[in-house]
Amino acid sequence: MLESLLAFLIVAGGVFTFIGSLGLARLRDFYTRLHGPTKATTLGVGCILIASAAYFSRLQGEVSLHEVLVTLFLFITAPVSAHLLAKAALHLELSSLAPRPGQQEQPRD
Amino acid sequence: MIDIALVIAFTLVGLAVAFTLYRLLRGPSAPDRILALDTLYVNTIALLVLLGIHLGSNIYFEAALLIALMGFVGTVALCKFLLRGDIIE
Repeated sequence: MLESLLAFLIVAGGVFTFIGSLGLARLRDFYTRLHGPTKATTLGVGCILIASAAYFSRLQGEVSLHEVLVTLFLFITAPVSAHLLAKAALHLELSSLAPRPGQQEQPRD
Repeated sequence: MIDIALVIAFTLVGLAVAFTLYRLLRGPSAPDRILALDTLYVNTIALLVLLGIHLGSNIYFEAALLIALMGFVGTVALCKFLLRGDIIE
């Protein structure tokens, strides 16, 4: 039972990671490419880390909390880095499929 | 059963790393390359954790934690450089 749940979590994590990186490679402008890695890949790595935590908890007979640390850190830092990347892209005025927000609000020098 | 799942997950994450490397080499702008590096370290954490499960070894989490910390610091530093032209003001 637990084994099949672990196998499902591992495969789901791999699939989510793959889909996120596929989006990074295939989408057409930077602002859409930002979506794939920051959401799908974070979820995929979260699935794999939860599977690892459960696996080692079963293996050692005690609760293993290293993976929870990594998961927490990744889930906190992924939005921050995505926000900074979007700010940098807006600052550099990269081309976008949709009109950029704030484009007519303030003139750039 | 876990062994088959591990093989599938290794293949998928390896393909993900290949896609990320493609975007890192081709990426038309600097934020694209920074985003590719960010994704690359997240994928590397996934690969390391999968390897830890495969070998049944507990020592790969410290490496994963270090990669997570240093990767985040690197992304923030590169973005600050693009935004300000300087990292420490």
